[in-house]
Amino acid sequence: MTKATPLTREDVEHIAALAHLALGEAELTLYQEQLAAILDYAARLQTLDTEAIPPTANVLPLRTVLRDDESASTLPPEDALANAPVTREHCFVVPSLR
Amino acid sequence: MSDWCAWTLHEALDALRRGDTTSVALTQAVLDRILAVDNDIRAYLTLTPEVALAQARAADAARAAGHDAPLLGVPIALKDNIATQGIETTAGSKILEGYVSPFDATIVRKLKTAGAVILGKTNLDEFAMGSSTENSAFFTTCNPWDVTRVPGGSSGGSAAAVAAGEALAAVGTDTGGSVRQPAALCGVVGVRPTYGRCSRYGLVAFASSLDQAGPLTRDVTDAALLLQIMAGHDPLDGTTWPEPVPDYGAALSRDGRGWRIGVPGEYFAAGVQPDVERAVREALRVFVELGAELVDIHLPHTDDALSTYYLVAPAEASANLARYDGVRYGYRAAGDFETVGDLYARTRGAGFGAEVQRRIMLGTYALSAGYYDAYYLKAQKVRTLIKADFDAAFAHVDLIAGPTSPVTAFRLGERTADPLQMYLADIFTLSQALAGIPAISVPCGFDADGLPVGLQLTAPALQEARMFHAAFAYEQATAWHKRRPKAG
Repeated sequence: MTKATPLTREDVEHIAALAHLALGEAELTLYQEQLAAILDYAARLQTLDTEAIPPTANVLPLRTVLRDDESASTLPPEDALANAPVTREHCFVVPSLR
Repeated sequence: MSDWCAWTLHEALDALRRGDTTSVALTQAVLDRILAVDNDIRAYLTLTPEVALAQARAADAARAAGHDAPLLGVPIALKDNIATQGIETTAGSKILEGYVSPFDATIVRKLKTAGAVILGKTNLDEFAMGSSTENSAFFTTCNPWDVTRVPGGSSGGSAAAVAAGEALAAVGTDTGGSVRQPAALCGVVGVRPTYGRCSRYGLVAFASSLDQAGPLTRDVTDAALLLQIMAGHDPLDGTTWPEPVPDYGAALSRDGRGWRIGVPGEYFAAGVQPDVERAVREALRVFVELGAELVDIHLPHTDDALSTYYLVAPAEASANLARYDGVRYGYRAAGDFETVGDLYARTRGAGFGAEVQRRIMLGTYALSAGYYDAYYLKAQKVRTLIKADFDAAFAHVDLIAGPTSPVTAFRLGERTADPLQMYLADIFTLSQALAGIPAISVPCGFDADGLPVGLQLTAPALQEARMFHAAFAYEQATAWHKRRPKAG
């Protein structure tokens, strides 16, 4: 297991980009400091031997849950679109993709 | 009049069934109480008096026609991360401000079918991320026992409303302690059921493997009554438990003979406020008087739960909150954007508060290439060890008892500067959430400043009935649950 590595400014900018968060300089500085403190604390887990331990995927003994594939009523488009910031002709409006 | 606001659900239902009062009179009395005290407490984000009185009139008409239902005509509140058709559901976030759900959460549908009257939506930490309700994007809720202190969180609005007489009962959600910790800090009963006991359909998703809804009430009987309605399999949530729900009301008895109650040394370690330890030890003595046997046990991975939780929950949150894109619903940043990516980033940068951004960042990091094994996978493995601690303990004991929170209600602003200090408020409630097992917080005394202390009883998976039985027997042997704050 890797030891917790120090979180660099570049790391924090990279994480913000992955998470689609436009952040200011002050926020990046604050989060770098706070995330580093939290990750430092969490580094204690690295001292535990979990080599033979399976990860918990589900706390309940449920296996793949299937249901019959039946058609049912859905929301009318007007209701489904009612909370969208901008719509046109039953579609969501976004800036062009580049 | 104000006595009505102090009623339990079952007292109100008895009065309604006897014809001593009407749902309209009861609902109006609680609405009046809200108007009188909510300027100080600020428990509600949205109040729906017209909806509530219409439901109350319908309940009275149904009763007059000879009908009854388990909650017919009793006014309750819902945490604002639970979808309610036609009523704003914000999750305490600017990014969902103005969002009006086109559907009801399954638990809301069930509560309405059972006849409940919905008073409104209560305040919470943004997206239920927090332990004090100070992370709400709108305002902070105050503790009815001392308005300079936090109500706990994230279901702080629901807990404060029940404590202050602003609802007979309320529903919250518990991802790492968000029902039990505010219940303890506000002196009310709070339940986290087994993961899968209640449908998550219509809860604003935070951490999908941990989120569960649960009741906040004035006594254990009410908690059993509300969970009975909320629980059960839902075809709309594939993680709900398919077996029938036992009769919780039938489990309530004062007989404690033969119980073996585990007392984990780790739950009385350094960091627990002396008044909290004293009150919880006294509660354990009451259990001995009831005929229970106390057994010293160990949950060796208790101290690892915080690290585990703050990797698993943010990882799941970072995935769940990816849906807030400024396109389909909610807030969209103003201005012209070069690309759709800019629209996402500026919307999310401005729409989410600091704690939510911090957790999205933490979760994104824990899941990112090169760190997945060291953080997320490692935490999921330690989660197995935490669950195994409980499995080993429950081979010898029926229930586990300890404090719900290491401290009583702290002062507003006291822990906001350091996220890790805030996270430590949940140290005794995280393990149960990670293990998926049920726990209840019941009032068990007060500290020297007159602030309530909560006793937490933890049961094995799906054994809520056993948990209710023990909590009821304890409650009936004491009078802590009858004390009410004088706020307002």
